[in-house]
Amino acid sequence: MATALDVRELSVRFDTQHGNVQAVDSISFSIEEGETLGLVGESGSGKSVSSLAVMGLVPSPPGVVSAEAMLLGERDLTQLTPEELRRVRGKEVAMVFQDPMTSLNPLLTVGRQLTEVLEIHEGLSQSEAFKRAAVGLGDVGIPAPEERLAAYPHELSGGMRQRVMIAMALLCNPKVLIADEPTTALDVTIQAQILELMRDLQERHGTAILLITHDLGVVAGMSDRVNVMYAGRIVETAATTPLFDAPCHPYTEGLLGSVPDLTGVAGQDLYSIPGQPPDLAELPPGCAFAPRCSRAREECSEAIPATVSPAAHRLSACLDAELLAEKGGLK
Amino acid sequence: MEADKRARWDLGGAQMESLLTDIARFKGESLWQDAWRRLKANRASWWALIFLAVFGSVAFLAPVLPLPCPATIDLQLEPQPPIAPWTEFGNDNYRADYWDLNAIDQGMVNLREAIFGDWQLSNWLGTDAKGRDILSRIIWGSRTSILVAIAATLCSLIIGVSYGAVSGFFGGWIDNLMMRIVDVLYSIPFIFVVIFLITILNTPDPNQEDGGVNREIVFYVVIGAIYWLTMARVVRGQVLSLRETEFVEAARVIGASSARIVFVHLVPNVLSIVIVYLTLTIPAVMLFEAFLSFLGLGIEPPKVSWGLLAVDGSEVINPVRIYWWLIIFPAAAMGSTLLALNVLGDGLRDALDPKLRGKD
Amino acid sequence: MSAPLLEVKDLKKHFPVGSRGLFSDNRRVLRAVDGVSFKLERGQTLGLVGESGCGKSTTARAIIGLHPATSGSVKLQGQELTGLSRAEWLPLRRRVQMIFQDPYASLDPRQTVSSILTEPLTIHKLAKPKERKLRAMALLDAVGLNPRHIDRYPHEFSGGQRQRIGIARALALEPELLLLDEPVSALDVSIQAQIVNLLGELQERFNLAYLFIAHDLAVVRHLCDEVCVMYLGRIVEQAPRDELFESPQHPYTKALLSAVPHPNPHIERTRERIVLTGDVPSPLAPPTGCTFHPRCQHVTEVEDDRCAKECPSLFYSDGRSSACHLTATDSA
Repeated sequence: MATALDVRELSVRFDTQHGNVQAVDSISFSIEEGETLGLVGESGSGKSVSSLAVMGLVPSPPGVVSAEAMLLGERDLTQLTPEELRRVRGKEVAMVFQDPMTSLNPLLTVGRQLTEVLEIHEGLSQSEAFKRAAVGLGDVGIPAPEERLAAYPHELSGGMRQRVMIAMALLCNPKVLIADEPTTALDVTIQAQILELMRDLQERHGTAILLITHDLGVVAGMSDRVNVMYAGRIVETAATTPLFDAPCHPYTEGLLGSVPDLTGVAGQDLYSIPGQPPDLAELPPGCAFAPRCSRAREECSEAIPATVSPAAHRLSACLDAELLAEKGGLK
Repeated sequence: MEADKRARWDLGGAQMESLLTDIARFKGESLWQDAWRRLKANRASWWALIFLAVFGSVAFLAPVLPLPCPATIDLQLEPQPPIAPWTEFGNDNYRADYWDLNAIDQGMVNLREAIFGDWQLSNWLGTDAKGRDILSRIIWGSRTSILVAIAATLCSLIIGVSYGAVSGFFGGWIDNLMMRIVDVLYSIPFIFVVIFLITILNTPDPNQEDGGVNREIVFYVVIGAIYWLTMARVVRGQVLSLRETEFVEAARVIGASSARIVFVHLVPNVLSIVIVYLTLTIPAVMLFEAFLSFLGLGIEPPKVSWGLLAVDGSEVINPVRIYWWLIIFPAAAMGSTLLALNVLGDGLRDALDPKLRGKD
Repeated sequence: MSAPLLEVKDLKKHFPVGSRGLFSDNRRVLRAVDGVSFKLERGQTLGLVGESGCGKSTTARAIIGLHPATSGSVKLQGQELTGLSRAEWLPLRRRVQMIFQDPYASLDPRQTVSSILTEPLTIHKLAKPKERKLRAMALLDAVGLNPRHIDRYPHEFSGGQRQRIGIARALALEPELLLLDEPVSALDVSIQAQIVNLLGELQERFNLAYLFIAHDLAVVRHLCDEVCVMYLGRIVEQAPRDELFESPQHPYTKALLSAVPHPNPHIERTRERIVLTGDVPSPLAPPTGCTFHPRCQHVTEVEDDRCAKECPSLFYSDGRSSACHLTATDSA
């Protein structure tokens, strides 16, 4: 299995007149072809900014992006000129955004927006592009695609718009699809449809998917591996099932404990992580989660815990990673 | 049951008293304070504000300053060019030439006499065709501009904000009707209204003591009356969108009356837009006043206004002798004031923008 | 037998949409709430669940008087709430309050927390003026915030803290019934848990009844005693919590439960899913007969095409009800 995307030591810093905010702090991850990697975190964790950095969409003042390497297949995205990056964007790596209401241009028809992608990247003529666009819409399950091409975004429902976005992203058969909270703004029954669609398309095209979300249920169903982010750093990496069965980081543990689910005892108090999410402008020295962690000791605040491997194919940035692994029965 | 309820809801308010002294430590910063801080940080706006403050004080203190009288006519045939400030100081008697000033101004002139005696500055910016000092005319003219600005602002504020707030808050047919009225008024070319009104009020009335003063007040009111329309529209738009926000719904749910909702919740949230609009309206008003005075429909001599300065300047334009000081200095004065107002307006808009607030 | 704390009967809220122009008449009716009935007892929690456009938020707003109801009855312990004037509502504000969804929009940014919390007290002339601030501080303490922060502004608090302030405001008048309109949907997962726990504590402490509106079924299961599922303005199923989640009867409820992703990969990857086809229809043009029938997986099992022709009414049995022809015939 070839690696579709390999990101090493990515950092994003925002320099404002009021101070520097380290939105993403030296994260590394990779996605194989045909695999789905879940990037889980709450607001302020840096997950969305990471994906924008991969796409080269971080506004350059005030954002400063640095990475050791960002390999898309064989090419290093950090070495590309803006012009080359523009050609890659949309064609080899595509993105689906969260809010279907605002990510489509309200003044252009759906067809025009789809064909735009094709005209730019594959140099097709208008009529050829329209045919491809209709096929693309059909692939994402939109009935009567040729008629839909003439529709404006406001004439479509939220679920349909998200399908159009996915169609647009997949038109040029990208190797990597970045989906930033693709179903958060949708109703749960529509969410189920869209997730099933994405699974289906992934099987057919072998696209690697970077799925960014805060919804642990979506992650459980869709992703093969998971990275948990907190305050701009990756605190745990694991395959999905082992992560849920035996978390090796207190934050993951806390997160899993605080999600109410449909099984389990109803009516009992949820486990809640005390405190507030951190202010990125004023991160404590050492582990960013320490102020809220029940296991925190002095060493935790002295230096950022190194990433260790408490079990096979697992990474965790916690001094107690091994202990948690034992507790979860991994050792 | 009742005793039960009382016991249940006893939250221990009495114990809170001991914490009262601690509160001051945690006092928050209101959005106004935050905006003021951001305005100060914006260099351009800060300097604009300082400039306008200085300008305003100079204008207010005009009668105290040792300037030659702006109305003294000395019919030398030619305007005199500016004199370098350090070469000459005038020393003329100026007292008799001032027109009727109100009590405060009279007091200030007395103060001047006390401080400076007869001594006054010479014609540092030159004189015009009728021998009047330009510097003095610019400073006295700015008073008129400020007066006009204040009149228009007050009218705009009082009429515009309440009209717009009422229209936006009630919505429905009331809103429709009120906005159609605004539309109609908007479509009237105001220059005709002004000419019409001023002509009517110019008819000499033997019963009126001083027709000139009356006309001036009419002039100020007319200007204010034109500029409330935009303010009303802007406020109405804001109120319409604010009306549907959850905190207004919450106010209704706790039982707030309409008056409370409008004055406690809606108006303060509309004020920031109102302030920005005001700073952008004032330059328009000043220009309009200058324009009307230029046409002879506004301020009349012996009173001074920047529009009249433009008139004087234009009267002596000829290709043979270039009296540049008659154009350059008044234009610079007006231009810099308008620029300062626009820069300040821009800075205020950025400072008061709630979306930008989170960026620091 | 005293009257239930809240009794809603056949509540309807229709919005006229469109206008009559010179050349066309496209006035239509948006049936946001189309005949909703339920009961809520003191100290209980009733969940009102549904997706967007089902009318749950509108129901809450109609109950509390923000939108005047088109028809139907809402009784607070026997007292009729529909059709009351603003003055008549005023004393009732002390019995029914509401908590809103968006913590960033439900607090006036120009007011201090002190002002926000003392405003209800001022309007209703409760407590002596000097004591009002103390009471506000006590409220802050009760919702888990530091009472010393009483003079701060909303923008100086995080989302979860703002929601606590909103809860404190609702409690200021010592109500018996709270309507909660998606109180945790806009919050991060870890904060959601804190607020859900807080709501549970407060309910016990003050013996509050909750009408809990949400689209997140897992949270609903956590807090509610009884659940009503809404679809396009009507209640399609109503049952005590455990029965609804363990044995849903209405096809929509089954699909809804099936659509919720489980944060448990073992279950999530192996379970059978019911995926509905099509979009939620627009409330302006609801389907004929049973509004759910175009998306229903059981529509073929009912003979005579009844689903398209006849709108099923709620069929009651054993303390639960469901509006489905299939359920009715099955149980008959």
